[in-house]
Amino acid sequence: MKVLVPVKRVIDYNVKARVKADGSGVDLANVKMSMNPFCEIAVEEAVRLKEKGVATEVVIVSIGVVQAQETIRTALAMGGDRGLLIQSDTDLEPLAVAKLLKAVVAEESPDIVLMGKQAIDGDNNAVGQMLAALLDWPQATFASKVEVLGGSAKVEREVDGGLQTVEVQLPAVITADLRLNEPRYASLPNIMKAKKKDLVIKAAADYGVDTAPRLKVVKVAEPPKRAGGIKVESAADLVMKLKNEAGVL
Amino acid sequence: MAVLVIADHDGKVVRDTTNKTVTAAAKLSLDIDILIAGQGLEAVAAAAAKIDGVRKVLVAESDALGHGLAEAFEALVVPLAANYDAVLIPSTSQGKNIAPRIAAKLDVAPISDIIEVVDANTFSRPIYAGNAIETVQSSDAKKIITVRPTVFKAAGEGGSAAIEKIDAGAGSAKAKFVSEEIVKSARPELGAAKIVVSGGRAMGSEEEFKNVILPLADKLGAAVGASRAAVDAGYAPNDYQVGQTGKVVAPDLYVAIGISGAIQHLAGMKDSKIIVAINKDADAPIFQVADYGLVADYKSAVPELMEALSQVGK
Repeated sequence: MKVLVPVKRVIDYNVKARVKADGSGVDLANVKMSMNPFCEIAVEEAVRLKEKGVATEVVIVSIGVVQAQETIRTALAMGGDRGLLIQSDTDLEPLAVAKLLKAVVAEESPDIVLMGKQAIDGDNNAVGQMLAALLDWPQATFASKVEVLGGSAKVEREVDGGLQTVEVQLPAVITADLRLNEPRYASLPNIMKAKKKDLVIKAAADYGVDTAPRLKVVKVAEPPKRAGGIKVESAADLVMKLKNEAGVL
Repeated sequence: MAVLVIADHDGKVVRDTTNKTVTAAAKLSLDIDILIAGQGLEAVAAAAAKIDGVRKVLVAESDALGHGLAEAFEALVVPLAANYDAVLIPSTSQGKNIAPRIAAKLDVAPISDIIEVVDANTFSRPIYAGNAIETVQSSDAKKIITVRPTVFKAAGEGGSAAIEKIDAGAGSAKAKFVSEEIVKSARPELGAAKIVVSGGRAMGSEEEFKNVILPLADKLGAAVGASRAAVDAGYAPNDYQVGQTGKVVAPDLYVAIGISGAIQHLAGMKDSKIIVAINKDADAPIFQVADYGLVADYKSAVPELMEALSQVGK
């Protein structure tokens, strides 16, 4: 069984994004970049499937700038078998990414595409669902538990108010939520080994897929700032203010 | 131009996220239809028909729709979308599950989590965990949009739209519902509560979270929330999570206990009317957004707060 894991290189989780002065976007120059946290969870889950003997091969794919090779190497150090970078110097929209991934699926024929539910830059939460639609595959989004049973997967999903379990026939797209697992740190020997693993680079244009943007970014702005309030001396003081001043009790 | 709003409901009531999405839809069109999909929908359909500004309520019933399966929603909504210029869906976990799937089938770029309708083609939405707001203009003829409900006012009641049953469409045999564990709670729902009490990593354990946050929430008749750090540490379940990767809330009163105020948490609650923060670290970023800050250890402050609330009859 083959598992394909798409990963994205994004601004590091701990770095605060700053809007460019000209309002054209977020300033990524000289900013630490890392693998999207939800993608890390997806890689971890795929590697665990391999360790359990369920998956035989874990293929990592990233779509992005040439430096996304580092992100792929990180995934290979965590236990991925080989990598594919689809190089694109422009930022692609989720629809274009889903179309490129569909082309990769046609080449690789994975049984499961396991990916993060959302990238922390665009916050779209869309590619997994879109890929499933384009492939006419079932989807199991926001997974907190994945169990592969022969020709299907039983997936526990995080939904508003609780959990839902669905069973999807393979091949399927599964997207990872926060509590699916805790990703491992790659060990130094594994980082060294990952450098020798296969990593193929192709150009997005090679796939003959329509990746033209549908959305034009008119502007990017700082969110409105909320003015800070006052400090209160005691809990009693707080309750009086909430009751008499704010009128919310 | 007509707009279709896909209702958020639990089979008994129409959640006010639907009314709020209708308000967003009204900025695009005066011809607003609501789609109610699920099972046993009589009461829900009747309630939706009363929402102000609604032209027609479409009702589609099937088992798969009742379980919210995205494949079934795709089969239902994709043909239906031919009659509309835009489909608006509340940005709940279910909305996020189905909207991109429908969009991809229609070869449309979905627009996620909008907070403003600038014009018929232009929308604003938060990116980078709310650290930036992007305004995008769509060149797609049809729009598939999820709406962040907290920023729109709920449409009122007083309408009397016609209710029409429609074919539910064929579901997919490739996905099936197995089971569901919805937490039954006497507390209000996090997304709709007037007051939210949230706990952070300072709680230190699941036990402490339960002992400190839950009684205070119950005293205030509040919903319970948690920071991502508290959820990550296992002190609280994920459906409590408030923040960019959890729920976005905007209650009248938000009480943050032992929450430092990481940007990803602030993104989920900073539109609350009144924010109260209790934290022993005077420099915690949460105080920068709090209307009322109390610099104190929650261990002493929360019991005092309970006592003070009792004295005002809470």
